[in-house]
Amino acid sequence: MSSREDILASIRQHTQTRYDQPDIADMKRLSYPDKIEQFCAISRAVGGTAVVLGEGEDVNAVIRRTYPDAMRIASVLPDISCATFNPDNLDDPKELDGTDVAVVKGEIGVAENGAIWIPQTVKYKAIYFISEKLVILLNRNKIVDTMYDAYRKLDGQEYQFGTFISGPSKTADIEQALVMGAHGARDVLVILTNTDNEMGDILQPPWRY
Amino acid sequence: MSTKHSKAAEKFLQDSKMAAWHNETLWMVRAKRDKMSKEVPEWEELRNKACELKLYSNSHLEELLLEFEKNATANGAIVHWAKDADEYCAIVYKILNEHNVHHFIKSKSMLAEECGLNPFLMERGIDVVESDLGERILQLMHLEPSHIVLPAIHIKREQVGELFEKEMGTEKGNFDPTYLTHAARKNLRHLFLNAEAAMTGANFAVASTGDIVVCTNEGNADMGTSYPKLNIAAFGMEKIVPDLDALGVFTRLLARSATGQPVTTYTSHYRRPREGGEYHIIIVDNGRSALLSKPDHIKTLNCIRCGACMNTCPVYRRSGGYSYTYFIPGPIGINLGMAHAPEKYYDNLSACSLCMSCSDVCPVKVDLAEQIYKWRQDLDGLGKANTGKKIMSGGMKFLMERPALFNAALWAAPVVNGLPRFMKYNVLDDWGKGRELPEFASESFNEMWKKNKVQGKEESK
Repeated sequence: MSSREDILASIRQHTQTRYDQPDIADMKRLSYPDKIEQFCAISRAVGGTAVVLGEGEDVNAVIRRTYPDAMRIASVLPDISCATFNPDNLDDPKELDGTDVAVVKGEIGVAENGAIWIPQTVKYKAIYFISEKLVILLNRNKIVDTMYDAYRKLDGQEYQFGTFISGPSKTADIEQALVMGAHGARDVLVILTNTDNEMGDILQPPWRY
Repeated sequence: MSTKHSKAAEKFLQDSKMAAWHNETLWMVRAKRDKMSKEVPEWEELRNKACELKLYSNSHLEELLLEFEKNATANGAIVHWAKDADEYCAIVYKILNEHNVHHFIKSKSMLAEECGLNPFLMERGIDVVESDLGERILQLMHLEPSHIVLPAIHIKREQVGELFEKEMGTEKGNFDPTYLTHAARKNLRHLFLNAEAAMTGANFAVASTGDIVVCTNEGNADMGTSYPKLNIAAFGMEKIVPDLDALGVFTRLLARSATGQPVTTYTSHYRRPREGGEYHIIIVDNGRSALLSKPDHIKTLNCIRCGACMNTCPVYRRSGGYSYTYFIPGPIGINLGMAHAPEKYYDNLSACSLCMSCSDVCPVKVDLAEQIYKWRQDLDGLGKANTGKKIMSGGMKFLMERPALFNAALWAAPVVNGLPRFMKYNVLDDWGKGRELPEFASESFNEMWKKNKVQGKEESK
């Protein structure tokens, strides 16, 4: 296409000094003595909740206890017995409207900001955003200090879509008054588990089409 | 003599209560940014690295954009190139038209504002819905954003309440932000589910992977792209970053600088189209490549659109976004307008006290105030220098070069103290608006020095 050539020619014509790529690997970075404690504290600060799953405690019991009124609970995770349906069995993401709770799995937690990396492992990514409450299961040993550390881990990873989620959806667009639940989940509960096995083994490659 | 900015600012200040609220609220956002930045010991190093990364990527655009194109294409996206606003609008329209789209949902994109996308599409019969709450409020009010991150910062809750009563059937007289936000959630949910295509801008485009990265707090970009099978993303070419590691610098700076949050709620990576879907990516120039030849102004391309320079700017806070003639207000808007069309946007140059606070908070170290100073030096060359100020400067030069005359003028200065007000404060004196002249001393420092009346610090010995 000629616009492409024109743009590239214009870039070549106008570029002056060519600056070197800086080395960012040796940058000193925040580190936390207790990443789990920091992660729980910052999760509260961003409007969410993070709890450490107790020894022998069942994830399903925690979810049920937290959301006793939930009618429609979505999950593709085999160990989530409290789920009322598997969203992968639907034929249209619109059918997810009206989901009370979605239970999903995160891969990396970030101690500095409470964000959790969730690569798409479901048929419709809508489930991460449309449910009223979002429960994210995260192996507590997968919490890193900063976003930089998280991105180091994403290097070479394959995904169709992936998102870092830090707390509930929010807005302050009306007079800077903070309101939870703009368009995504109104409430986010992170359950920190001790191993990946507690949540069932779904560590197959992400969905590919 | 006044610029368009100062005239519009005068109007903004007439509602003194609103003006005070605007000033204080934005200052509060600035204070949150300060608190957040101080929790990161390596903050200044992050700013330096972010600046160096942008200088690198913007001086290697050809390589990086081609790498991005290759990777995005391999991921299954369809990549388009747009030279200018017209071509960008035409590409979007062509894609929508070919898919017979009538309901189109958009997340916030400053590029779309820059290129006038919404009016272009709406004239052609496409119903464009802005999904960011602030943008949606403004769209329904037929108004433009007045801030790039807090678009509806100039709108009061009562106005939103009355608007939603009409548009969404909310209760009369209920102006509670939580109630109104949740009404919009319900109203937009329907629009998200039934749109035939969705569009996002991009905070970052990653050359090494072909990812488009979109940061929102509301989740509106992600909701929008989750239902239709057709998705479009567009970015101005300076949004390119070399790799994911670079995001480990920028995502640590963006939200902390913008709203004083440790990170936005959602930092979403769009890599491949959804199953059975199409993903189009448009790379836009629109004057950016030409800016590369101006070494004094190249750093404006560093901008990651966080809005920190607006929140801190004493002039922006007290004059509001609509006082500027370019669609992006505040310090970065002054510079981008000048880079785009100086003869059209030079009025905004007056909206700066050179306090340098913007340069101090910018996470990617755009030398905002320094550039405004440089643009002011070019005003005369553009034939846009203020005549009054030119005469004054000429007079000052004449006086400064003639010590005898200067001293005589100084000797005569106290006469001004006794002049009636109408002679000192009138239409000829722009400086005297909102300011009071100091009292001229009966004896100048120069005279005192000569008479040995100046004792200096010796007494403290």
